[in-house]
Amino acid sequence: MSGVRVLVGTRKGAFVLTSDGKRERWDVSGPHFGGWEIYHLKGSPVDPNRLYASQSSGWFGQLIQRSDDGGKTWAPVGNKFVYDGVPGTHQWYDGTPHPWEFKRVWHLEPSLTDPDAVYAGVEDAALFRSTDGGQTWQELSGLRGHGSGSRWAPGAGGMCLHTILLDPSDPGRIFIAISAAGAFRTDDAGKSWRPINRGLKSQHIPDPYAEVGHCVHRIAMHRSRPGVLFMQKHWDVMRSDDAGDSWQEVSGNLPTDFGFVIDVHAHEPETVYVVPIKSDSEHYPPEGKLRVYRSRTGGQEWEALANGLPQRDCYVNVLRDAMAVDSLDACGVYFGTTGGQVYASADAGDSWAPIVRDLPAVVSVEVQTLP
Amino acid sequence: MIRIVLPYHLRMLADVGGEVMLAVEGRATQRTILDALEARYPMLRGTIRDHVTRQRRPMLRFFACAEDLSYEPPDSPLPDAVASGAEAFWVVGAIAGG
Repeated sequence: MSGVRVLVGTRKGAFVLTSDGKRERWDVSGPHFGGWEIYHLKGSPVDPNRLYASQSSGWFGQLIQRSDDGGKTWAPVGNKFVYDGVPGTHQWYDGTPHPWEFKRVWHLEPSLTDPDAVYAGVEDAALFRSTDGGQTWQELSGLRGHGSGSRWAPGAGGMCLHTILLDPSDPGRIFIAISAAGAFRTDDAGKSWRPINRGLKSQHIPDPYAEVGHCVHRIAMHRSRPGVLFMQKHWDVMRSDDAGDSWQEVSGNLPTDFGFVIDVHAHEPETVYVVPIKSDSEHYPPEGKLRVYRSRTGGQEWEALANGLPQRDCYVNVLRDAMAVDSLDACGVYFGTTGGQVYASADAGDSWAPIVRDLPAVVSVEVQTLP
Repeated sequence: MIRIVLPYHLRMLADVGGEVMLAVEGRATQRTILDALEARYPMLRGTIRDHVTRQRRPMLRFFACAEDLSYEPPDSPLPDAVASGAEAFWVVGAIAGG
């Protein structure tokens, strides 16, 4: 019988939540790496038992852990992330030049074809790749060096490369996003990059339509239609139908278009999910009501999904990497909160129930659909 | 033998229970004992010293013989009591954070 494995990164360790295809009863394993910040963990689509985890701490720096048995056991692999050449400077919060300094890995994206190949998005923003199962890491420095890097600036959470989307139809095409620089695309497997931010408008930067400087929070795609992208920006929910060459706002009737997560239904490329957050000054849901919003029209028209979610006195946040969908039928949707809850819906968002309620603050949620 | 006491998280990472005992060739300095530690426990590379600069990470300190040795040059001899194993060399994490 098919099942799911939900990989949860928190401020104090990793948790692995497993269930059969009904997604009603759950086994909880963890904390793995207790006391460490686990920004992200993700499994290989080629070998689901191959997992990678980003483990970090302000005291001891960055580690990468790898499991070859679906998260039962782990072993540290390479943790040496060194920028290619002279790192140079980017902008600091006050606009002054600031040296590029490695801080942590925000996101790990395993290859679609090779379990030993994995990408790492790091702070200060850069993209690294390993082709030996995480033992060694090399920067794809064409991104940082493409010309605008000196104008990138950190968002409130740091200058992080947090989103990596691999195009399943074109091995050379990768999309990435950086807070607060924007979205970028390569069509030659990472050698050269270009900003793809036309159509974004950000009032908090001197030129609201600048080529770079936009605080993109998350990008999502449906694997059957990789030229269509959905974006949750700092403010605004956006859509691109030309692989990021241009963007249109699709916030429509959302109660607020600020938020962090965005994801796409596994079987319906026009069905999109977001979790609206009140504002960039108040990182909690409007009215104390936790609601996922779903659009079945690729944006603009949104419906609130609240069945099973707290509808009073709820002041948690849902961080940018903390939503995922499984590929069962019906599609399962999962998200985690800074209050330590991981909610699951086994019916595409119509109803929700917590898998766990009292984890440390959830930073990331990924799900694997198991045979 | 040199005795090294690691903070909890690094003991868990290296899978060692208590003190680490290391034989160090030549003079015992911060550099030689940390090099020996990382050679025996490669998973500790980068967690005490930066991979590139080899500088002590900012939120760690080195104590021994009731002294803070954090700002001693890495090639200075450690106290005789550390070199002889009478006293341990402590890697200590800052008491900070949540």
